Amino acid sequence: MGNILTAEQKELVEMVRNFAIKEVKPHVKELDESGEFPMELLKPAFEMGLHCLEIPEEYGGAGLDYQTTAAVFEELAKVDAGYAISLVTTFVALRSVIMAGNEAQKKLFADMIIPGAFASFCLTEPNSGSDASSMRASAVKDGDEYIINATKCFVTNGGVADVFVVFASTDKSKGVKGISAFIVERSRPGIVVGKHENKMGLRLSNTTDVAFVDVRVPADHLLGKEGTGFTTAMNTLNVSRAFVGTLAVGICQAAIDEAVKYAIERIQFKKPIGQFQAVQMILADMEIQTEAARQLVHHAMILMDDNKPVVKEGSITKAFCGDTVVKVTTDAVQIFGGYGVSKEYPVEKLMRDSKVFQIFEGTNQIQRIVIAKEMLK
Amino acid sequence: MDSKDYKNVWVFIETAHGEVRNVGLELLNQGRVLADANYEKLIAIVIGKQLDAAAKTVTAYGADEVIVVEGEEYTDYNTDGYTNVMVRLVEKYKPSVILIGATNNGRDLGPRVSCRLATGLTADCTGLEINEETGDVAWTRPAFGGNLMATILCSASRPQIGTVRTGVFKKTQPDFSRTAAIIREEIRTPSEEIRTKIIGFIKAAGETAVNLEEAEIIVSGGRGLGKPENFACIKELAEVLEATVGASRAAVDAGWISPLHQVGQTGKTVGPKIYIACGISGAIQHLAGMSSSDIIVAINKDSDAPIFGVADYGIVGDLFEVVPVLIEEIRKIKAN
Amino acid sequence: MDILVCVKQVPDTAEIKIDPVTNTLIRAGVPSIVNPFDKNALEAAVQLKEAHGGSVTVISMGPDQAKAALKECLSVGADKAVLISDRLFGGSDTLATSYILATAIKKLGKFDLVLCGKQAIDGDTGQVGPEIAEHLGIAQLTFIAKIEVSGEKITVQREHDEGYEVIEAKLPVVCTVIKSINEPRYANIKSKMAANKAVIEVITAADLPEIDLTKIGLKGSPTKVKKTFTPPRKESGIRIQEGTGRESALKFIEKLVVAKLLNRGC
Repeated sequence: MGNILTAEQKELVEMVRNFAIKEVKPHVKELDESGEFPMELLKPAFEMGLHCLEIPEEYGGAGLDYQTTAAVFEELAKVDAGYAISLVTTFVALRSVIMAGNEAQKKLFADMIIPGAFASFCLTEPNSGSDASSMRASAVKDGDEYIINATKCFVTNGGVADVFVVFASTDKSKGVKGISAFIVERSRPGIVVGKHENKMGLRLSNTTDVAFVDVRVPADHLLGKEGTGFTTAMNTLNVSRAFVGTLAVGICQAAIDEAVKYAIERIQFKKPIGQFQAVQMILADMEIQTEAARQLVHHAMILMDDNKPVVKEGSITKAFCGDTVVKVTTDAVQIFGGYGVSKEYPVEKLMRDSKVFQIFEGTNQIQRIVIAKEMLK
Repeated sequence: MDSKDYKNVWVFIETAHGEVRNVGLELLNQGRVLADANYEKLIAIVIGKQLDAAAKTVTAYGADEVIVVEGEEYTDYNTDGYTNVMVRLVEKYKPSVILIGATNNGRDLGPRVSCRLATGLTADCTGLEINEETGDVAWTRPAFGGNLMATILCSASRPQIGTVRTGVFKKTQPDFSRTAAIIREEIRTPSEEIRTKIIGFIKAAGETAVNLEEAEIIVSGGRGLGKPENFACIKELAEVLEATVGASRAAVDAGWISPLHQVGQTGKTVGPKIYIACGISGAIQHLAGMSSSDIIVAINKDSDAPIFGVADYGIVGDLFEVVPVLIEEIRKIKAN
Repeated sequence: MDILVCVKQVPDTAEIKIDPVTNTLIRAGVPSIVNPFDKNALEAAVQLKEAHGGSVTVISMGPDQAKAALKECLSVGADKAVLISDRLFGGSDTLATSYILATAIKKLGKFDLVLCGKQAIDGDTGQVGPEIAEHLGIAQLTFIAKIEVSGEKITVQREHDEGYEVIEAKLPVVCTVIKSINEPRYANIKSKMAANKAVIEVITAADLPEIDLTKIGLKGSPTKVKKTFTPPRKESGIRIQEGTGRESALKFIEKLVVAKLLNRGC
């Protein structure tokens, strides 16, 4: 991928790589075991502005293009995708406000996030995952306020966010067309954060339930108009899917780097196992798939930088990267043999981190439905 | 300037509370070699307060003459006072060579003096010899973090000055029957000319003296210790060996031990008789700081660790298994 | 307060390897970095500026490529960067270098504090800082682990064997700092991009009419490098790897006793 980046992009990527290797990597193993949220390690990321790379300068971001941002996040994910996703979730939530909100709302949200805070996107509910039309969350207008009642689950940054974008129905009779989106500050009374999920992977990221019990927000916290929430969610997912793809590629690259190193070091039958074609075939397939996944990510990013629609491309990218990261990390474990499943070695963690990439931001089955719909349109 | 007007080899003797620091004695020994090669005298320069004992010591360690400058203002090392004395002495006596120990104070004084005299200074030398044809000193020193050695000449200006790494040269056996001419020079520095003032001293918390530069034995711990509590076994081994505790940058950066213990390019350069590296992989910056030790012992799990490349004794094994046995066995031997 | 920081662009000595065949340094492909101790000096300067106001100017002497180092300094808080560059300056030793830098500093204005790293990781001399102080005729404080400024007074902690000397002086002074003084910040991406676009002022010999040409470059340098060589490689020592750590330790003790090392001061 190095080849398609400019010198300036490469310099940024290198700076972030150095940071991640020096400051984050030494702590990853311990944090993966404890499942603790690396708040201290994320503070320098705020100082560097990694949580607002692609946010326009007028709102206080770095104003980078999506493509450069993706390259930077691949590097972070190489060190730990859970660490990276806390930042991605934050800027994607801000992006949703930039896409759907008015100037005052953009400023309100950006001013909370840019100085160094997390944001969160509250869409999924226990009984409303892939099927958004079954959403139970409600928002009822009361004078110049809305009263929100909702129970959201699997909320990335749920326990650490200062501000949420919450999806709730303002008119249940309309199904998805009745869903609206709201900015809800953490400081409002009635917000209850549930227990942090003890997850299989991405253990450095914070994932919780968040309940909103009679939470009152001013009417001007409604993003867009009533009923436009589902569109906002889908537009935001288009962006987040491409970014989830780049994190998957980062994990793939980490798996390849480890596997290659091991294939050179590990001697069996008096030679490095990398000299055996059986191992070479696996390595080559890992590389082929990862490079293809990376190019899909960059293609989607270039389209987004060009303000082109990425409904199909976002889904293709997410589905392919999600399937690839599971395959590539599983292959890495295979190359490590018995050591691959040992927690003393780095690849089992990558395999655990990978699985959710076929699930979140719309399962890979849902992505295929989106793709087919676009094909048959 | 005529080089012929400049004669004799000087050694700046660093003192602490009137006591001579080892490096000055080490340099007297090598200074003797340089002086003899040019048929010159070896002269010790001692600056401070109450220096009679120091003058005797340097005589025993081989000085032909001792120039003593005493004054209240020289009680503790300070740049301005000591520079003034050195420059005035050089102007009066015109030495050909000045050797200064490459301690923090030596490396503070050297550049200030050489700059005022507009002459050359070579830093942190590990090799000194006399070029037979010219009689100049060939100063050899490491650069690029120890990856490269350079030999430096200062042919056209005098005196030739160098700071010399501690522990590289060994002191001789002292001969207290020796005598030397003691020259007392009255050079005072008015207090307003001493622009820095020591107003206090902060002892490193919970630490005893960390005199790595003069230590005969150093036991160092690195990343392999895993956590701060594990420094206890390093300290215990150091205790039974009457050694000083050192540390690698990784251990210091992790906050396991004070930076005063750090050996390497970022910390202190050391040259003990025995250096025991426990759980230190041997990054080039660390090696740069300890490779002039007489005997290097490395204990490391990773048999490919670069530290084994410089080790005289390389123990491949878990330091938590090896070190306790060493402590136990050395205690037994010492008890007998 | 107005602070000047001297920085040097150096090859990353951690990345330097020795060619096993020719036994020479392989310099190709070795990245150039800002001397790490100078980064500490810059961080100290930026922190002082943040606390007391004022400005931070960085200067570096070197070829045009050293602008990259200066841009890095701009991205982490320096306000102004100046490159001191001229073919006439090439080959300068520390005395000549410090003379050139001091002359340039005088031209740039009055500074309350000049900060340097304790040494550069390529030359490792640590001489330029004190020599600048001498050329400027001001006091020096070397190997500094902490700096506090109050009005005209600076109080520092200077590294010592057993702790830290607390030293006071009146500004202006030159300070050289050690690594433990601070943890240099990472650049903010925005400031990094702004720094990339910055135009770096260049001072050449012609801009310093008062400079004495006999004191600069190879001719103005009293020390000359006669030769360089890679250090002789040490013969490999004795490897001890028994079945268990205990057995290895005992074997080692046995060797120590045989070599009579335990009698030597142990």
